Parts: sequence; structure tokens; C-alpha cells
Amino acid sequence: MRVFAVAEINFGELDPVSVELLNLANTIKGDGSAEAVVIGSSISSHAEKLAKYADKVWKIEDASLENYNPELYVDVLLQLFQKEKPDVVLIANSSRGSEYAPLLATKLNAPIVTDIVGLDVSDGVKATRYIFQGKLLVDVLVKQADTYVFTVRQGVFKEEKQASGEVVDAGIKPSVTPKREFSQIIEPEAGEVDITQADIIVSVGRGIEDASNIELAEELAELLGGVVAGSRPVIDNGWLPKDRQVGISGKTVKPKLYLALGISGAFQHIMGMKDSELIIAINKDPEAPIFGVAQYGVVGDIFEVVPALIDKLREIKG
Amino acid sequence: MNIIVLAKHAADPESEIRVSSDGKSVDEKGLVFDINDWDRYAVEEAIRLKEEHGGEVVVVGVGYSDDTLRKCLAMGADRAIKIPLDAGMDSYRTALAIKEAISGESFDLILAGLMSQDYNNALVGVLLAGMLDIPFATAVTSIKVEDGKIRVVRELEGGYGEENVLPLPALVTVQSGINEPRYVSIMGIKRAKSKELREVGVEVGEGFIEVEKVYTPPVKKAEMIEGAPEEIAEKLIQILKDRGLI
Repeated sequence: MRVFAVAEINFGELDPVSVELLNLANTIKGDGSAEAVVIGSSISSHAEKLAKYADKVWKIEDASLENYNPELYVDVLLQLFQKEKPDVVLIANSSRGSEYAPLLATKLNAPIVTDIVGLDVSDGVKATRYIFQGKLLVDVLVKQADTYVFTVRQGVFKEEKQASGEVVDAGIKPSVTPKREFSQIIEPEAGEVDITQADIIVSVGRGIEDASNIELAEELAELLGGVVAGSRPVIDNGWLPKDRQVGISGKTVKPKLYLALGISGAFQHIMGMKDSELIIAINKDPEAPIFGVAQYGVVGDIFEVVPALIDKLREIKG
Repeated sequence: MNIIVLAKHAADPESEIRVSSDGKSVDEKGLVFDINDWDRYAVEEAIRLKEEHGGEVVVVGVGYSDDTLRKCLAMGADRAIKIPLDAGMDSYRTALAIKEAISGESFDLILAGLMSQDYNNALVGVLLAGMLDIPFATAVTSIKVEDGKIRVVRELEGGYGEENVLPLPALVTVQSGINEPRYVSIMGIKRAKSKELREVGVEVGEGFIEVEKVYTPPVKKAEMIEGAPEEIAEKLIQILKDRGLI
């Protein structure tokens, strides 16, 4: 089986998920090959690094590929795949990968399954993914096809499988003028509080119910000497500024204490806080995925537990 | 500016999610259905663009329920197209059905939510753009209309964004938080009753995927702390003290 992993380059850097894609490729290739594709300008060092994990690395280099564009990515990949027929194409389930992968699938007339956390090709093709924001897993059988496209969740296939492949210049240039134009990168907003530097974070989720209840978290954070952060719904509702968002599209934090109040624990959030030294979660729903990463959990109402905690802390502090 | 907006009637992940006895689907008992959260933002964005630039908003939904489409009409969409089809988890069939159903429509822009709150595939939008061969952008957090074009900001990782310009017609999937969706007013609901909700039946072939098994994830469980709120607080404080955090 020929398995192709398309590397992810962000801001000129090779994203670690690129190696994870090759780890999966090496696991499923059987007696076939794990091949990487790297797209961009000035990518030789990335290609060399990928060669340590691949049987072959295809380099598609052009000045016009410096900035990601889904139409150009799909155009050059189609050129490569017309010659080198892949059985499986693996792409990162990132903001970019998850954007161009479905377009590639429609152009290849290939089945696509997104955000996979497992892939078994031993008897047909079976992919595993989460549904309902992590509450359930589903195994799906994919109809037989010449080529399959999968986007792969980051942080799952971490066990490195070494190889020593060669780098090949694919000699491919973009053949289309994209309709969509890249304009510019927009830097993150800078706020007064840098949550990435905090030792103690009191983080609130949808369970906080209303902007006025943020005060409760602030009071607790102040007593603990920490800061308040939040999950996506809280930021979307405008209850906290964007620079306080923890998660893939926000900040990654590693505090000594992460106290999660009313946070269910969608994957995007967990990726931003799972490496905290101590995670304590309070949530009404006993099935909330946050309890899968927390060391301590409380199934309960934050509006009862948090005031009790505040009272006790006040007693201690006198 | 004529806008087609896709809206899914989807189960809320905060409702009671259980595996059915067949082990291949989700038990509908306990599920609470509503407009898919990301689509709510898409519908709001469509209505705002119409309010500013004129034109028509047509909401399109795949499935058997009228509820979400009526809600979108009450929010301010002009008419609705309902595609009675159970595509299950197969996004390809959903996208194909929408492509067929809107083949007679003229549009400048198609808006959809980034993903659905039930299956989280994030596929229908881009598959449809690919089938229609129109430019697209996903996870958009801002849309500005310029002469025959739109300027959009996409969300990247780590708080970064990426600005792109797309000629129309185009398709955009929106990220949550792009706007503040309006509440549905009583007047809106009354007006919605007289708006057109047309059913368009389409034939789509077999899909690409078949569900083999649905199951609860095996998770490393946290050590659970139980008791009355005061007892819980006491125990938590002991943990924090032991760790030298207070």
C-alpha cells in the first residue's frame, strides 16, 4: 500500500504533526511505502527531516507556494498523484489541512473521513473518529476506492517510526491561477494578562451561564493568586477577551493548577491545557470528557461548589 | 447579494448522548435538537449581509424537520428549501443533495457553519464548493463585501488569522463567534409562517461510508470527589495545600 503524508508547514516551520502522519503511514503501509509530500518555498531542510521517517519525500517547491492556498495545494497534489498513485493520503486535521483535504477528495473522487484517531486497513478500510464533541467514538467502514483521503487528529500518532528515505524533487509547478488570493497574516491580539505565564488558572466554560457569573471565577482566581481564562463558548459570547481563550485556536497553557469550571472538554480545548501539572474539573455532567484528563473531578454545580471554596479560602486567608 | 445559507437540524452535544441498542447509532431518546450552533452564526451573518447590501437569503436544510428552517425564517431568511433525506453521517451525500437542490438557484455567496455539532465532520461546505467549482474559505471570523469580491479572515491556530480575498460567487464556512446571533422575536415567528418553505426531493446514490460501531470512549477517569459542597471544598483545599498551591 502506498501511503502519502502531506507535511504541514506553518510560518516556515515544519509542524510536528507532519511526523505523526508518517508514524501512521508507517504503521499501515504493510509491504508498501510511506511517502511524504512537502509543499512550499525553501523547504529543503524540512524535506531532509521528514526523510528520517519516510521511504521517500516528494518536494514541491515554488516561490508561489510560500503562502498556503488551498487551490494551489490541491493543484500540485493532483499533478503528483496522477503520476504516483496513492492508496491513502494523510493530511493534518489543522485549520489548513482540514480546509484543502475535502477539495482534494472531490477532485480525486476519493472517500474522505476527517479528524481520525484510528485507521485499520487490514480488512477493508476502517477509520475511527469522535462524534458529539468527544462523547462517543464511531468506527466507519469506508467504501472500496482507488484512493482514500483522511485528515488526522494531531497528538495521537506520536510513537516515532524511523526510516531513511530519499528526497526527490517532484519537479511540479502550480498550473493554475488561484481564484482565492492570500492577503496577509493577522497577529494574535495582545491583552493585559498573559495566561501562558500564569501558575494558576481558573478557567470557565459554557457552564458559567452568564457574563455576570465571571465575577465568581475572578474572586476565586484572586484568592488563589491566579488568572481567569475560558473555553471557546465563553469567548464567542464576549464574556472574556479572545486572548484569554485556551485551546487550539487560542493559547496553550501549562500552569501548576488548572481549575476547569463548567468546561465539558471538547478536544480543541483539551489540546490547550492537558499538560497542566494539576487539573481539577467541576462539571454537572458525569460523562463530560474533561474528567478524562483531570486528576480530580467533582460532579456538581459550580454555583454551589465555587462559593463554598471561596468561603474556605477566605477563612484560611483570614 | 443573493445568499444561500445551509442550516442543519442537529442534536445538541450537551443533551443526553447514549448509544442505541443496535450499537451502530445514537439513541434519539434524550437528544435535544436545535439549529446547529455554527449554522446559527452563518444564518445571522447572511441576514446582516443582506441588511447591508440588499438581496435575498435562502436557507437550505437536509432532513425531515421544519423546525430549524422555520427558526431561520423567523430570524429573517426570506425563504427555505427543505431536502427530505436522511444522509446520516455521510457528508458526501449531504453535499450532493444540496448541490442538486440548489441547481436552479442563482447566488453570489453560500454560507455554512464550520461543522455540525453532532458529527463534527467539517465536510459539507468544502465538498459542496468542490462540486460547484467555486472558491471557498473555512473557519471564517470576518466577512467584508468589496466590489464583486469578499475579504475574509480565517482562524488559524494559536490566535493567528489569515486574510484572503475571494471573487464571487464563493462559499464560506463560518467559525462560531463571528457575530452575535439575534433572538427570534414573536413578530419574526409570525412573519415566518407566511414565508415559502419548499420541499425539493433529490435522488442521491450510495454514500462513501457505513457506520460499523458507535461506542463510549475508554477514558482515564479522574479521582472523583464527592460530598456536600462544603465537604468538597474542604477536600479540594487539602489537595491544593498538599501540592503547595496555597
